[in-house]
Amino acid sequence: MIPELGHFALILALLVAIAQGTVPLWGAYRRDGALMALARPAARAQFVLVALAFGCLAWSFANNDFSVELVALHSNTQLPLHYRIAATWGSHEGSLVLWMLMLTGWAFAVTLRSRNLPAAMLARVLAVMGLVGVGFLLFLLFTSNPFLRLIPAAPEGRDLNPLLQDPGMVIHPPMLYMGYVGFSVAFAFSIAALLAGRLDATWARWSRPWTIAAWSFLTIGIALGSWWAYYELGWGGWWFWDPVENASFMPWIVGTALLHSLAVTEKRGTFKSWTVLLAIIAFSLSLLGTFLVRSGVLTSVHAFATDPARGVFILIFLAIVIGGSLILYAGRAGSVGGGAQFAPVSRESFLLANNILLVVACASVLLGTLYPLVIDALGAGKISVGPPYFDSVFYALTAPLAFLIGIGPMASWRRATLPDLWTRLRWALAVAIVAAVVIPLMRGRISPLIVVGLFLSCWIAASTVTLVIQRFRHAPQSGLGAKLGANTSAWYGMVVAHLGVAVFIAGVTLVKGYEVEQNVTLDRDQSVEVGGYDFTFRGVVPVNGPNYAGVAGVVEMRRGGVLLDTLRPEKRIYNAGGNPMTEAAIDAGFFGDRYVSLGEPVSDKGTEGAWALRVYVKPFIDWVWGGCFLMALGGFLAMADRRYRLAVKRKIDALVGATA
Amino acid sequence: MKSLRLIIPLVVFLVIVVFLWAGLSRDPREVPSPFIGKPAPAFDLVQLHAPGKKLGTADMKGQVWLLNVWASWCVSCRVEHPLLVELAKANVVPVIGLNYKDKNEAGLAWLAQNGDPYRLSVVDADGRVGIDWGVYGVPETFVVDKAGMIRYKQIGPLTAEALQQKILPLVRSLQQS
Repeated sequence: MIPELGHFALILALLVAIAQGTVPLWGAYRRDGALMALARPAARAQFVLVALAFGCLAWSFANNDFSVELVALHSNTQLPLHYRIAATWGSHEGSLVLWMLMLTGWAFAVTLRSRNLPAAMLARVLAVMGLVGVGFLLFLLFTSNPFLRLIPAAPEGRDLNPLLQDPGMVIHPPMLYMGYVGFSVAFAFSIAALLAGRLDATWARWSRPWTIAAWSFLTIGIALGSWWAYYELGWGGWWFWDPVENASFMPWIVGTALLHSLAVTEKRGTFKSWTVLLAIIAFSLSLLGTFLVRSGVLTSVHAFATDPARGVFILIFLAIVIGGSLILYAGRAGSVGGGAQFAPVSRESFLLANNILLVVACASVLLGTLYPLVIDALGAGKISVGPPYFDSVFYALTAPLAFLIGIGPMASWRRATLPDLWTRLRWALAVAIVAAVVIPLMRGRISPLIVVGLFLSCWIAASTVTLVIQRFRHAPQSGLGAKLGANTSAWYGMVVAHLGVAVFIAGVTLVKGYEVEQNVTLDRDQSVEVGGYDFTFRGVVPVNGPNYAGVAGVVEMRRGGVLLDTLRPEKRIYNAGGNPMTEAAIDAGFFGDRYVSLGEPVSDKGTEGAWALRVYVKPFIDWVWGGCFLMALGGFLAMADRRYRLAVKRKIDALVGATA
Repeated sequence: MKSLRLIIPLVVFLVIVVFLWAGLSRDPREVPSPFIGKPAPAFDLVQLHAPGKKLGTADMKGQVWLLNVWASWCVSCRVEHPLLVELAKANVVPVIGLNYKDKNEAGLAWLAQNGDPYRLSVVDADGRVGIDWGVYGVPETFVVDKAGMIRYKQIGPLTAEALQQKILPLVRSLQQS
C-alpha cells in the first residue's frame, strides 16, 4: 500500500509540475496576476508530493518491504537501519527520487524567501523549475519507476553494495545533489531574466545567494566523496579523474566562475550576458553529468546499472532544456547592453581573467571526459584519457588562477595601478618566495612542483592576511571590535574561502611531494619502518559486525620506540554479497595521516602466518578536505550577508514608492 | 557580428549533442583498434599473486599469447569468465590477465571466487598500461603474436562465437607460422 501511495504521489507531482511549468509563464506573458499567483502554491504542493514519495520509498527500505523490487535489490534485513535508509538513494531510481526531492526543495525555499521578488519574476523562476521537474518526473515514471513490485516478494534482499555501507556515503550524495541541483535556481533566475528582457544588478543580487548556497553544498559534497574514496577504497588515493567525479567537478568549476562574475554584475553592472551564460552552463553541466552517469556512454567505477533507453531519454531532455536555453540566450542576450567601462588593470579585469581560466579549465576537463567518446564516434579507435592528461592540463591552468587570488581582492574597481598593487603586496610576495624555498629544504626534498605549489599556497595566505591587516588599519573605527564589525560577512566569506584555497593547495602539494608508500609482507611480530614510523604487525584477530565477519590486523605504530597508536585495518566479508571489503585503519593528524590497509595472508599457515600490508604516511592530507570545508564555510558566511535580505527590499520599496 | 557571437554556445552544444548521440547509438564493440598490426606497447608490471615478481612483454616474446583486461568491479568480466576458464583448461594459448584499475585484494578474492584462468595476472592499478594499450572499456582481449604484434582485439566480453570463429583460428595460424 505504501509503495503505491508513493507512486501515486509521484504521478500527482508530475501533474502539478506541468501546471507549475505552464500556467505562471502564460500569466507572466499576459500580465495576469491570478495565473502568476499559481506558481507559489504549485511549487509547495510539488515539494510536499515528492517528499511524500521519497518518504514512502524510505519507509519501504526501513521496513524491509522486499515486495518492492528496488528494496529487494539494494537492501537486506541484516543491514543496520541508517544504511537501510541511505540505501534509498543507493540505486539509480532512488538517486533520481533524491534529485527530484532536492529540486522541489530548492523551489520550496525560493517560495519562502520570495516576498521581495516581483510577481512576474517569481512566476517565471518557479515555472522554469517546474518544467525541469516535469522532465525528471517523466524520466522517473517511464524509465526508472522506483516503486515496481516484485511478485512474489523476495524472502530476503540482496545487499547494498558494501562500498556504500559507510557513514560518508550516507551524507555524500545528499550534499552533492544539494549543490548539483541547486544550480537550477541560478539557471531559473537567468532564464526568467532573459524572458523578461531584464538583466540588471538587482537580478544579480537575487541570484547570488542561491548560487553561493548551491556552490557551498557542492564543495562539501565533492570533498566528502573524495574523503570517502580515500579511506574506503583502500589504496590511499583521493581523486581519480573518473568520469563521474568529473561530472560533479565541472559544475563546480563553472559555479566558481559564476560566483565571481555575479559579483561584477552586481557591483558594476558589467559582464551581464556572460553571467547569464555561465548560469546556464553551470546547470547544463549538472544535467550533462546526470546523463553521463546514467546513460552508460562512459565506463566508470561508479556506474551502477546502465540502460541505453534511459540514455536516449536524458539526451533528448538535455537537448530540449539546454538547447532551448541557448536559443533564448542567442535571441535575447544581445539586447542586454554593456555595462560600465573598466581599465585593463582593475578588479574587473582580474575577475575576467579568473573567469576565462576557470572556463578553459572546465572545458579541458570536459574534453578529457568526452574525448574517448568523440574519438570513437569519429571512427578513430578507442582511447582513454587518464590522470596524466588531467593533472598536467589542470596544474597549468590553475597555477595562474591561484596567483590571481592574491591580487584580485586588492585591486580597486574600474582602475587600479600596478605600482600601488606592488607596494601593497611586496611583503606577501617575499614571504611566499622564502617559504616556498625554505620549507622543501627543511624537509629534505625539493622539486619544481613542490616549490610552485608551496609558493602559490603561501602567496594566497600571505596576501589574504595582508588584505585583512590593511583593511583593519585603514578602517576609520577604533578598537578591534568596531573594526571587525565594519566589514560585511560577505567580505569575511571571501577571506575564509580564499584561505581555504591556500590550505587546499598546501595539502595537495605536501601530500604529493612527500608521501611515502610501502607494500610489505610481514610475519607476526615483524616490523617495517615507513616515513620515520615503525609499524609492528601483531597478527590478526577475528571481528564480527552486524552483517559481516572478518579479521582485523593489529599493527602497532611507534616513533622513536614510543607506542603512539594501535591500528586495526580490517578485511570484511559481507554475509549477503560474499565480497571481501577492505577497511583501512587511519591514524589521522593535523600534520598528516598514517594509513594501513590489510592485504591477503601470503603463507601456507593461513591467517596465522604472514600477511601483505600496505602502509602509507601521508603528510598534510587532511588539509585537502580542510581547505574544501573552509571554502564552503566562506560560502555560507557570504550567503548570510545582510544586504541580500535588506537591499532587495529597499530597492523594491523605492520602486513601489516611485510608481505610487 | 554581436548576434553571431551569441550563437557560439548553442553551436558548441549542438556539436556535443551529436557526439553524445553517436556515442549512445554506437556499438562500442564494432570499431577496430588502431593498434592492430602494430607492436604491442611494452610493459613490465608487478604480478598480482607475487608482488615481488614482475612480468613484461619481453618475457612473452616467441609465443602467441592473449592479454585479457579484467577487474573485480567489472560486471561484464563475470559474463566472459567461464569461457576463459574453459579456454585455460584446453591449454591452447597462454592468457595473461591485466588487472585494470583494481585493488589487489579485490582482484585476488575475485579470482579465488570465480576461478583463475590466467597463467599470470599483472597489476595495472592506475590504468597507465591500459592507456598505452588503448583500453576503453573493460573487459578487452588482445591477441599478440610471436613477434609481439597485436593481431586482434575483442572489445567487451568474449563470446563463444568470437572465440571459435575468430580468436582460436587466428591463434592456431599464428602458432604455426
